[in-house]
Amino acid sequence: MIPFHYARANDVADAVRMISADPAAKFIAGGTNLVDLMKENVERPSRLIDISRLPLDTIEPTADGGLRIGALVPNSDLAYHPLVEQRYPLLASAILAGASAQLRNMASTGGNLLQRTRCAYFYDTVTPCNKREPGSGCSAIGGINRIHAILGTSENCIATHPSDMCVALAALDARVRVTGPAGERAMAFDDFHRLPGDTPQTDTNLLPDEIVTAIELPALGFADNYSYLKIRDRLSYAFALVSIAAALELEGGAIKQARLALGGVAHKPWRNTAAEAALRGQRADQASFSRAADILLRDAKGYEHNAFKIELARRGIIRTLTQAAQATPQSQYDKKIR
Amino acid sequence: MTSYIGTATSRVDGRAKVTGEARYAGEFKAIRLAHAAVVESAIPKGRISRIDTGAARRVAGVLDVLTHENRPRMADTDKAWKDDVAPEDGSPFRPLYDDRIMFSGQPIALVLGEDWETARYAASLVDIQYDKQDFVTDLRQQHDQAFVVEKPDKPHGDADKAFAAASVRHEAEYYIPTEHHNPMELFASTVVWDGGGKLTVYDKTQGVQNVQRYLCSVFDKAPDDLRVISPYVGGAFGAGLRPQYQVVLATLGALALRRSVRLVLTRQQMYGLGYRPATIERLALGASANGTLDALTHEAIAVTSQFEEFSRNDTGWAALLYKSTNANYVHKLARLDLPTSSDMRAPGAATGVYALECAMDELAIALKLDPVELRLRCYSDRDQNEDLPYTSKALRECYRQGAEAFGWKARKAEPRSMRDGSDLVGWGMATGVWEALQMPMAVRIVLGANGHAEVFCAASDIGTGTYTIMAQVAADALGLPIDNITIRLGDSTLPQAPVEGGSWMAASTAHAIAATAEEIRGELLALAKRIKDSPLADARPEDVALADGRLVSKLDASRAISIADAMRSGAIERIEKEKTNTFAEDKKHARNTHSAVFAEVKVDEQLGVIRVTRVVSAVAAGRILNAKTAHSQIMGSVVWGIGMALHEETVFDHRFGRIMNANIAEYHVPVNADVHDIKVIFVDEPDDLVNPMGIKGLGEIGIVGVAAAIANAVYHATGKRIRDLPITLDKVMR
Ligand SMILES: Cc1cc2nc3c(=O)[nH]c(=O)nc-3n(C[C@H](O)[C@H](O)[C@H](O)COP(=O)(O)OP(=O)(O)OC[C@H]3O[C@@H](n4cnc5c(N)ncnc54)[C@H](O)[C@@H]3O)c2cc1C
Ligand code: SF4
Repeated sequence: MIPFHYARANDVADAVRMISADPAAKFIAGGTNLVDLMKENVERPSRLIDISRLPLDTIEPTADGGLRIGALVPNSDLAYHPLVEQRYPLLASAILAGASAQLRNMASTGGNLLQRTRCAYFYDTVTPCNKREPGSGCSAIGGINRIHAILGTSENCIATHPSDMCVALAALDARVRVTGPAGERAMAFDDFHRLPGDTPQTDTNLLPDEIVTAIELPALGFADNYSYLKIRDRLSYAFALVSIAAALELEGGAIKQARLALGGVAHKPWRNTAAEAALRGQRADQASFSRAADILLRDAKGYEHNAFKIELARRGIIRTLTQAAQATPQSQYDKKIR
Repeated sequence: MTSYIGTATSRVDGRAKVTGEARYAGEFKAIRLAHAAVVESAIPKGRISRIDTGAARRVAGVLDVLTHENRPRMADTDKAWKDDVAPEDGSPFRPLYDDRIMFSGQPIALVLGEDWETARYAASLVDIQYDKQDFVTDLRQQHDQAFVVEKPDKPHGDADKAFAAASVRHEAEYYIPTEHHNPMELFASTVVWDGGGKLTVYDKTQGVQNVQRYLCSVFDKAPDDLRVISPYVGGAFGAGLRPQYQVVLATLGALALRRSVRLVLTRQQMYGLGYRPATIERLALGASANGTLDALTHEAIAVTSQFEEFSRNDTGWAALLYKSTNANYVHKLARLDLPTSSDMRAPGAATGVYALECAMDELAIALKLDPVELRLRCYSDRDQNEDLPYTSKALRECYRQGAEAFGWKARKAEPRSMRDGSDLVGWGMATGVWEALQMPMAVRIVLGANGHAEVFCAASDIGTGTYTIMAQVAADALGLPIDNITIRLGDSTLPQAPVEGGSWMAASTAHAIAATAEEIRGELLALAKRIKDSPLADARPEDVALADGRLVSKLDASRAISIADAMRSGAIERIEKEKTNTFAEDKKHARNTHSAVFAEVKVDEQLGVIRVTRVVSAVAAGRILNAKTAHSQIMGSVVWGIGMALHEETVFDHRFGRIMNANIAEYHVPVNADVHDIKVIFVDEPDDLVNPMGIKGLGEIGIVGVAAAIANAVYHATGKRIRDLPITLDKVMR
C-alpha cells in the first residue's frame, strides 16, 4: 500500500469535481475490494474520495412501477428490502449467493458493479498481466485458468467479472445512472461492463470522472418464476465457477418471456438475447432449455483448466431454467443444490 | 469427591479467549516498539545481484532496512541453525543470510519502521536485481530424480513376485497436492528489548524452549539473556513446530535497532513457510480369492526442498493394519525449489493412509467383498514392522460401533445404486491409524495452604485444550476443585517440555503432573505425621490420597488431615515440587491409536457438486481425559478431512515457481455449508501397558482416513474413481 490522500465528498457534484481534478484518485465506498487491491499494490490511488456518506442509500419505487436503488445501499440491505424480496427475488437471491454476511454488510451497490476480477495474476504484481499492466502479456492464457472465461475472451485477457448481483441485474434489464462533469446519463446494464478486447485494463464504460449514483429496475420483476444457481468449489463463500440467473414469464405451459444471464463465464455478466428469443413461445421443458443453452454456449471456448465450464454451464442452464419454470428457486440458505 | 478426568469440562481458558484477555504473540505491547515488514523474493532460484534500499530508507519513519549485506551477525554453521525438530539431513534455512535465493517468497530484506504501515510501504520500494537460475517446482517433473530415504518399515518376502502371481490384483497411483496449514493466527513475534542485550521474545510457536535454544544458538546468546513466551497459540497444526523465519527476523531487527520490534507476517507470506508436501503414492495389492493379502507394495514420493530432507512415514502404516505374506515399502523424496516441507496434522499418515485406504476399497470391489469385511480378513494383531503385539488395539470395535452408528448394514454394494431424489448417494469407509507417543516432561507444582495450586510447565497449548486437561488431571491428583488450579504454560523459563506435537502432549503432561503431585503428597504426609496424635501417624505414602482438600487414608476414610493443618504443623505457607517424569521403556509392544471412519456423500448427478452429508468417526485412543475437548479434536479433524478430500490445494504456476492462491479466499477450506452431521464415538480402550494412566492422545488420529472414506463414498455414489485430490466437481463430471 502506498501513502494516499483522503477526502470526503459532501455531495455528488463535489465527488465529481474531486475526481475530475485528480485522475489518479479513486472513490471508496465499502472498501471491500479496493482496500484489498491497495494492500497488494495493484491499485495505487493518489487519493481516496470517500463517497460512503453520500445520501445515495435509499431504495424507492419509480413512477413507471420500477425501483430505484441508490449506489450506496449496502448489498445486505438491498437483499433484505421488502420490495426487493417481493418483486425482485432473483436479485435478492443473487446477492445472498455472494461473499459472506460480513462482506455484504460493507459492500455497496455501486462498488459491487465496479469490483475487479479475481484472476490470480491480476493480484500478483510479480507476474505479467495485461489488465494490471497493459502490454505485459496475459499469464492466465497458458497458466492457471480454472476460474476464467469461456465466452467473449480475447487473446489479451480471459478474466471474468466476479459479481453475483450483476448477473441478476443483467437478467432484469437494469439501468445504471451515472453523473459526470457534463451531467447525468443512464446506461443499459449490458452497456456498462465491457469485453476485454485489446484494452482489458478498462472494465467498464463508466468514464474516469463519472460516479454511479443509482441502479434502476423496470417494473417487470419475474417474481413467480426465477432462480439463481451458483456453482462453485465449495458450498458457500467462493466465487462462481458458473452462475445462472433465469427468469421466466409463463402462460399455460408456454414461455412468454425469458431472461437468462450467466456469471463466472465472461468479462461481464453474460446475456444472450438469441438464447432468450429461442425460448419465447416454446414449452417450458428440457428440450427448449437445452436448445437455449446450446445457443448461448455456441461460441464458448475452453482453456486448459476451465474447459469443463462449457458442459457445466450447459447443465446449469437447464437446471436453473427448470427451477424457474417449476417455481422452485434455488435457496441460498439450504446446504444443497435443488 | 468427583473426578474431573473423563468429564466434559469446558475450557478453562475459554473466557480469556472470547473476551480477548488471552494475548497472542503479535499483541504484546512494549515501549518504543518498532514494526517490521518483510520483502520477499519474486523468483524461486538465483542470486541477488543488487539490492537497493535507498528509496525505502528515505521514507519518513523508516528506521533501518536490513539485508544480507548489513544485518547483524548470525551463526555460520548448519549445526547452530538446527532446531530440535529440524530434519537430520540438510542445511536449515537462514533468512537474510546471503545472496542466495532458494524459493519464491523467501525473505530477503526487513524494513523497520515506527509503524507498520510505513514499514510495509517502504518494503514495496526496495529494488532488487536478480541473477536468475533454472528451477523446478513441479513434483511430476522431478519424479525421476527422486531418491530413496530409509524408513523403519521392513519389507518382507517378495512382493513383486507374489503380486504377479496373485489371483486378484489392484494397482494404482494416488496424488495428494501441496497443502498449507492456514492457522487462524498469523505467524508473529514481538521481541522486547529489555536492555543490556537481554530479550524477551513473544512468539507464535508450538515449543518455546525449542525457539529459545535456537535463537540463543543463532545469535550466540547466553540462555539467561533470552526468554521465549507463548501463552496462547491460535492454531498451528505443525506449522509452529520449527521456529519460523519471522522470529529470527524480529530478533535481528531488535538487535540492530537496540529496541523492541514486532513482526507479523501477512497471510500471503505464510505460504512461504512449511507445507504438507505434495505426494505421489503407488499401491499394489495382491490378494487370494478369500480376501487375504499375498502382496502389498506401497511407494511414496514426497516433496522436500533443495537444502533439507524433510520426510515422514507414508508407507509404514499398512504393516500396522494388514497382514500380508509379502510386503515392500519404498519411500522417496524429490527436491524442488521450494521451502522445506513440514509437519502437518498426522504427517505421513494423512497422505499415506489416504492412498492405502482407497486402494483397499478398490481391492474390496475387485474381490466383491464388503470393504469392512476385507479389513477384518486382513486384520493384523501385530505390528509387522517390529513383529510386536499392541498395548491395545480396539480397532475391531471401531469398525463394529462405527458401522452400527452409521447404519452400514443397509449399504447396497453396487456403485450408483443408492439415490436421494436427483442426488446419487454414496457410502464409503476407511481405517485410521496413528502413533501413541509420550515424552519426558517436567512439571512444577506450588500448593498453597489455602488449597490453591499452580502448575507450571513450558508446554504449549496450541488450541487443543492442554490447559484444560492439565487442570483436570491436577485437580484430581491434588484432590482440589478445578477452580483452585491455575495452569501456567508457554514460557521457556518454566520446567522442561518438548514441542507440542505428535499427539504426545496429553499423556506426557498428565503423567508429569501425577508424578509431581505424588511428591507433594509425600511432603504433606511427612508434615501430617508431625502433628501430635496424628491420625495418619502410621500411614504409608501409598495408603494416602488427596481428596477434598485433605490427605485421607485409603484404608480408613475417617483418618484425614487437611492440607491447611498439615502445612500449619510445619509452619509453611506453600509446598513447591518439581519433577521430571520419564516413561518406562517398553520394547515389547507397539503403541498406536486407531479409528474407523464412515462417510456419506450426496452427489448432484448432473452438476457433480458433492456434499458430505454424514460422517461417523469411531476412535480408539485409550483413556479419554476430556469428553468435550476430545470430541472437538476429532470433529475438527473430520472437517479438515472434508477439506482434504474436496477443497484443499495449493496451486502453483510452475512457469514462475509461485503459488497462485496464497490467500484464504482462493485457498479453499470447508465452510459451514460444507459441514453437515459429524458423529464422534470413543470406543472403550482400557490400556495399562501404554502408560500407567492409559492415555494415548488424539490430536492427529481424527484426520487419518477421512479423505479416503469420502473418496470411497464418491466412488460408491458415482462409479467414478478419483485418485487425485481434491475431488472437485469437474473431475466428477468428466
Ligand atoms: C473474500 C471476498 C469474497 C467475495 N465473494 C464475492 C462473491 O462471491 N460474489 C460477489 O458478487 N462478490 C464477492 N465479493 C466482492 C464484493 O461483492 C465486492 O468487494 C463489493 O461488492 C465491492 O463493494 P464496495 O462498496 O466495498 O466497493 P469498494 O471496494 O469501495 O470499491 C470498488 C471499486 O468501485 C469503485 N466505486 C465504488 N462505488 C462507486 C460509485 N458509486 N461510482 C463509481 N465508482 C465506484 C471504487 O472506486 C473501486 O474501484 C467478495 C469479496 C471478498 C473480499
Ligand atoms: S486474464 Fe486478464 S486479468 Fe488475468 S492475467 Fe490475463 S490479462 Fe491479466
